[in-house]
Amino acid sequence: MSRKISMKQAINEALDLEMRRDPTVIVMGEDIVGGTGAQGEDDAWGGVLGVTKGLYAKHGDRLMDTPLSESAYIGAAVGAAACGLRPVAELMFLDFMGVCFDQIFNQAAKFRYMFGGKAETPVVIRGMVGAGFRAAAQHSQMLTPLFTHIPGLKVVCPSNAYDAKGLLIQSIRDNDPVIFCEHKNLYGLECEVPAESYAIPFGEANVLRDGDDVTIVSYGLTVHRAMEAAATLAKDGTEAEVIDLRTLSPIDWDTIVESVERTGRLVVVDEAHPRCNLATDIAAFVGQNAFGALKAGVQMVTAPHTPVPFAPSLEDLYVPSADTIAAAARRTLSPKGARSIAA
Amino acid sequence: MAQNPFPLGKDELLKAYRTMRTIREFEERLHVDFAKGDIPGFVHLYAGEEACATGIMMHLNDNDRIASTHRGHGHCIAKGVDVHAMMAEIYGRSTGACRGKGGSMHIADLSKGMMGANGILGAGAPLICGAALAAKVRGDRGVGITFVGDGASNQGTFLESLNLAAVWNLPVVFVVENNGYAESTAMEWAVSCDSYVDRATGFGMPGVTVDGTDFFAVYEAAGEIIRRARDGGGPALLECNMVRFYGHFEGDAQTYRAKGELEAIRASRDCLTILSERVIEAGVIGRDELQAIDREVNALIEDATRAAKAAPLPAPEDLLRDVYVAY
Ligand SMILES: Cc1ncc(C[n+]2csc(CCOP(=O)(O)OP(=O)(O)O)c2C)c(N)n1
Ligand SMILES: [Mg+2]
Repeated sequence: MSRKISMKQAINEALDLEMRRDPTVIVMGEDIVGGTGAQGEDDAWGGVLGVTKGLYAKHGDRLMDTPLSESAYIGAAVGAAACGLRPVAELMFLDFMGVCFDQIFNQAAKFRYMFGGKAETPVVIRGMVGAGFRAAAQHSQMLTPLFTHIPGLKVVCPSNAYDAKGLLIQSIRDNDPVIFCEHKNLYGLECEVPAESYAIPFGEANVLRDGDDVTIVSYGLTVHRAMEAAATLAKDGTEAEVIDLRTLSPIDWDTIVESVERTGRLVVVDEAHPRCNLATDIAAFVGQNAFGALKAGVQMVTAPHTPVPFAPSLEDLYVPSADTIAAAARRTLSPKGARSIAA
Repeated sequence: MAQNPFPLGKDELLKAYRTMRTIREFEERLHVDFAKGDIPGFVHLYAGEEACATGIMMHLNDNDRIASTHRGHGHCIAKGVDVHAMMAEIYGRSTGACRGKGGSMHIADLSKGMMGANGILGAGAPLICGAALAAKVRGDRGVGITFVGDGASNQGTFLESLNLAAVWNLPVVFVVENNGYAESTAMEWAVSCDSYVDRATGFGMPGVTVDGTDFFAVYEAAGEIIRRARDGGGPALLECNMVRFYGHFEGDAQTYRAKGELEAIRASRDCLTILSERVIEAGVIGRDELQAIDREVNALIEDATRAAKAAPLPAPEDLLRDVYVAY
């Protein structure tokens, strides 16, 4: 059975199903239950935006509120994962990574390799990413490139409820540490999602739209902007192929390269800052592996090299828009496209 | 006129009242305007906690530094940050304290020694150790005060800073603003010891707990430990027990509170009522004098709100400005 639910509900459902299936799955985080130790309602919050609401009633103490000590509880999730549990630890906003990154990149990410392949660390760190929420510089970042840089970490960033459910289930079952990035501005977005359990394998991009003229690759919120751009381009007779990466580590190079070999043109869209991000990574890979197919310079559309501004009027300029994506696609199609430099 | 039994002169008492009333009115106004949908983003209100910021800041000058929290409006106002600039910042306007780039959670005014509200819990404590180190190196008798909530006091950065400040004998005061909750989670559950004084003792510094709704209690305790720090006596911790009048942030339904809790604390633990009644009862200040201040403060906040709403938005090119030093 399938019905329309939001990405928030899909994440809740994935946690619920996995907790039912596997007693070693535990979920922890700040106020993910809420009201702990207080005299009012239990399960008062269910997370700051209500993502885990209702799970406490179903799974009781397997949902654990934590003190505001990310270094300690994220590290404890890593340690528990190394000892046979499958913890899902919420880091409310992934911007808070700053206070606990050691436990993730020096510990969790390295155990398997550093211990000669003998360690498993099936931990999921899930939290919010992305701009557009008027949440200012320390609650709005797209830090995905920090995570993809680290060998041993898997990095997931769904663009819709269907993918969020299947990818979170896969993340929990996966035997490596996963950073699961939830774009806060997609939480309310609904789509058809089967009620039953399903896992979406890592490293399989989703081709959302077929087209032979230009390839647009993105992930997370900007996938929707890319689809809008594709609709605009179609009005002028340009058919864009839109690829949603879904997982950033591992990444589906084959789908990208196959598409570019057909279209000869590539636009990569990343909400992260412009230096050393997914866009530069993909542009470089295609430059090295599909150079002969390219009919124009690869176009990168990213957020600017600035912190996220608070003022709504500036923040609206910060996130790549459908217009800038469409303009980038047109640059690859213009006669001068072959020699074009990024705008 | 009755003899003044308080440790502050009448002018100073009026100043303290004005500061507390300004914070209250500022926050009440945001509460109303947020509900109308006028204000973007998150706002965490300081209403109910005014005596703490005010009682401490009365001992500071612009050369003393403070590092604030996500609930920073009260600290800003008490440290002398311009109310118009604050309101404009919260509205994301170019006339804001941070030209609209920071918003409620990042208001700063370095010229006033206000090193910023902060979106990262516990982040102020190491920074204030640095501010205190700078004061110590310069020998300018400046002190650093960092505020931390009961919840954020469990951050590693905070606990490490206690130790660092003690080891380096820094002129720092760590103020724990204990309002009983971190978001929806009770302090009694989340903090492993019974008293912050025990934590301070464990780190080799004095600790004091006061009723943070009592302006005079905060004022006197803060005065002593700030003097001590200024004179080279080293760091100390001050725990202020207080109450939060609104939700964690605007929009919080607060179902984690006991029934009747909010009504009870508003009735019996309103620091503004407590201060007014003390000074009126002592015959030091007349009710009419306080009411006159109330009217002035109302007009100020009204004007700040009107000005903020009418102020220009940042220019599009501001998006790219101030990432690095300009040459
Ligand atoms: C490192 C970090 N973790 C979590 C948060 C999210 N957060 C913001 S305020 C808050 C609760 C803080 O409680 P407390 O320290 O008691 O301060 P209060 O809000 O009561 O003033 C939380 C969890 C954050 N901003 N930074
Ligand atoms: Mg608190």
